[in-house]
Amino acid sequence: MFWLMAIIVGCLFTGAVYLLQRRSSVKLIFGLLLLGHACSLLIFVSSDFAKSAPPIIKHTQSLPTNSADPVPQALILTAIVISFAVQAFVAVLFKVNYKAIKTDDIDEMRSTES
Amino acid sequence: MITNALIIPIASCLLNMAISMVFAKDIRYQKISTLIGLGVFLLSSLYVFSLVAEHTRVVAYLGSWRAPFGISLVADRLSALMLLVTGLMGLLVGIYSLFDFDGVGDSVAFYPSFHALLLGVSGAFLTGDMFNLYVWFEVMLLASFVLLTLTKSKHCLEGALKYVSLNLVSSAIFLSALGILYSVCQSLNMADLYQRLSLVEAEQPYLILIMAFMFLVSFGIKAGLFPLFFWLPASYHTPPTAVTAIFSALLTKVGVYCLFRVFINVFPANDTIYTVVLVLACLTMILGVLGAVSKFEVRKILSFHIISQIGYLVLGLGLLLSNDYEIAVAAVAASIFYMIHNIFAKTSLFLVGGAIKAKTSTNELASLGSMIKLSPFLAVLFLISAFSLAGIPPFSGFWAKLNTVFVSVQGEFWLVAFLALAASILTLLSMMKIWNEVFWKKNDEVEILEIAKKNRLFLYSPIIVLAVLLIVVGLQPSYLYDYSKQAAKDLLDRQAYVEAVAPIGKPSITHSAESSEGELTISSVLEKITQYLY
Repeated sequence: MFWLMAIIVGCLFTGAVYLLQRRSSVKLIFGLLLLGHACSLLIFVSSDFAKSAPPIIKHTQSLPTNSADPVPQALILTAIVISFAVQAFVAVLFKVNYKAIKTDDIDEMRSTES
Repeated sequence: MITNALIIPIASCLLNMAISMVFAKDIRYQKISTLIGLGVFLLSSLYVFSLVAEHTRVVAYLGSWRAPFGISLVADRLSALMLLVTGLMGLLVGIYSLFDFDGVGDSVAFYPSFHALLLGVSGAFLTGDMFNLYVWFEVMLLASFVLLTLTKSKHCLEGALKYVSLNLVSSAIFLSALGILYSVCQSLNMADLYQRLSLVEAEQPYLILIMAFMFLVSFGIKAGLFPLFFWLPASYHTPPTAVTAIFSALLTKVGVYCLFRVFINVFPANDTIYTVVLVLACLTMILGVLGAVSKFEVRKILSFHIISQIGYLVLGLGLLLSNDYEIAVAAVAASIFYMIHNIFAKTSLFLVGGAIKAKTSTNELASLGSMIKLSPFLAVLFLISAFSLAGIPPFSGFWAKLNTVFVSVQGEFWLVAFLALAASILTLLSMMKIWNEVFWKKNDEVEILEIAKKNRLFLYSPIIVLAVLLIVVGLQPSYLYDYSKQAAKDLLDRQAYVEAVAPIGKPSITHSAESSEGELTISSVLEKITQYLY
């Protein structure tokens, strides 16, 4: 299971980097989306996800050994919410951009660099 | 000292944002509430500053969760100073933005985003938790995205595309590094991490290096370090002046602040990192200023100068390579002094650039000229900040550069000292280029637009305040230098930082016990990979 997840995370990062390097700005958006997913999954794998018992106990009990660590899940939740907001902004930005510049080829967007 | 007072600056920014949203229908109320709100923010940061001056380190446990469990806010001398400067710059640029020459002041979204930007910046300065730092970064980034695209012109949108994409990549790297950091240390509190990472370093030095370089790349993109700065000159000259001014004052400096905080207070001292930082700092200094020499538009030149100055700021971290404690303190102190001077000088230059644009409606050097006759007062203000940036006495830049060069000579980094001096000569060259083209050159075709009397106050008063600050720091540098030195000592006293935050529980490495049972954890895999690589 660990190896499977590790390979999936690796594939996501590879795909993201590949898409980020394409010239089309639509593919750039998809690259950024994949990058967000890859990071979330990386945090998930970094917690020991084989332990699955809920870490909620009565105050008299002690924590069972196979209880999950809630912190990475909280981190992922935060990261997902943030990346969702950012990606929504990026999608709109790219649409406005396309309307103004009339091209989705990033190589042609050079007017600010010379 | 433990007090919840640290929340006041953050809360006041949040409140300002909400109030300016309520007044979105009426720009006049929005402006008035913004001015009052920025004043309150400055006062609250002054209060935090005075608290820190009295108690050295102030800690707030949010929700009364003791470190390392909850999020803690920590203010030491460095973060208090940065917070105070943030408050000051917020107020000055806020006043400048009231003068609505290129559409900033009238846009409904400007003031809420401006407050959100200050919120993110002050949060990043105050937090003592790595994941919380990420969240503040995102707050800051989203606000800056909105500010950058406010005018919806073609240039802005193109610049924003590059800015947004590269900063999102930087956030992704930061987030992945946090994931690995948590899996190795089971903690995110900075003080707690320092203890745990010291234990990890003894066993797996390469794992530490991998994480450290991920953080270096991520903060390097935010700060605009050498191979990672390309988003900055592509986007900084496009938005309205008030936006560029607050960006240049604060955004890249947050990246530099995080480099210092993370590589001094979180990661144990590591010569490999310091060497890389030193090399990158030198390259940034030289290449940034060469870029500036090659440009022919006021704000593009200034954008490249930001990069060059980042090199000087980060130099202090690289000079920690020297094992001498005295030199280390002096190097970090020089960087802090430089940072404050640079924020003043840079903001002032961008505001002068905006004033030139407001008067002539262009920033292209070719179509400007004769400004010394047409506007002698502006010429004086430009000279003060340009001389200060280039490092000519009696302005603050002279002492900032002198400290930096002095420390590199003391540590016997001769090449570094030479490069720093060479970069400052080139800085002077490009400043003289602006001076010659904009003010000195005779050009009869330049037309001056008349600025309304009430707007003149908003336009000039922030620049005058900054010029006075530059002269005061230049004539009496010892106050700021002594403070920077004390801040550097506090920053380097890593044990005292840990004691002030006082994370409960003894740190131990849980993963090494697990991996000895033959179970695969990400850290053991990483360790195998690193062993294979080296």
